[in-house]
Amino acid sequence: MLRIERATRDAIVAHAKRDHPDEACGIVAGPAGSDRAERLVEMVNAAGSPTFYEFDSLDLLALYREMDDRDEEPVVVYHSHTATEAYPSRTDIGLASEPNAHYVLVSTREHGNNEGPVEFRSYRIVDGVVTEEPVEVVEHLPTNTAADAAAADETVESES
Amino acid sequence: MAIEVRIPTILRTYTGGEKAVSAEGATLASLIDDLEANHPGIRDRLVESGEGDGVDLRRFVNVYINDEDVRFIGGLEAELSDGDQVVVLPAVAGGC
Repeated sequence: MLRIERATRDAIVAHAKRDHPDEACGIVAGPAGSDRAERLVEMVNAAGSPTFYEFDSLDLLALYREMDDRDEEPVVVYHSHTATEAYPSRTDIGLASEPNAHYVLVSTREHGNNEGPVEFRSYRIVDGVVTEEPVEVVEHLPTNTAADAAAADETVESES
Repeated sequence: MAIEVRIPTILRTYTGGEKAVSAEGATLASLIDDLEANHPGIRDRLVESGEGDGVDLRRFVNVYINDEDVRFIGGLEAELSDGDQVVVLPAVAGGC
């Protein structure tokens, strides 16, 4: 299951609508191993195409360096389809290279740049196998209990 | 001559889970041969048959030497020096 904050979901949808009819793309980073979609990073579609997306190679390097420095990983990799359904294409499946990521597909085919609902679906893509998963939209991600516990421990220690 | 090579998640099955390995080579092509010697199978994930008898870097694999995309500095013939850092990143790409 993908759990995502409403604000993040809405920002991805807004990005897709803004870039329509070209495909929009980006990631949501989160602490490595946490599966928490915390930090949205909109990327430029270097292909500038209605049928293809690709992160610019130097943007890609900068993004991964930044995530490395912050001990993050791409929790969500998203892109839009602008004339077809929000389902991974053969190309999407062949090029999927983050086995731990949630691949989010948004389709703007119904309303384009205009107001209106869009399909927002999430998949795992591992070794060429696509598995759709439920999307839970929440107002706020649950508190990071492990980090809280660690912080609480520190507080106790400093008081003793 | 030791060169650090950063390995992306999807290729760490070839490096026993290591995020970075050390390799040697005066060019990217020879570095990849050296990687293959120690991590069999990885070469085929990086290069493919090109024109004639040659090989090319796979279209959707990005390789950087000291933050430069090797496509702009000679591709597989790009030269390496001791202490250089090589980063391998699969393209993030797709299409309908």
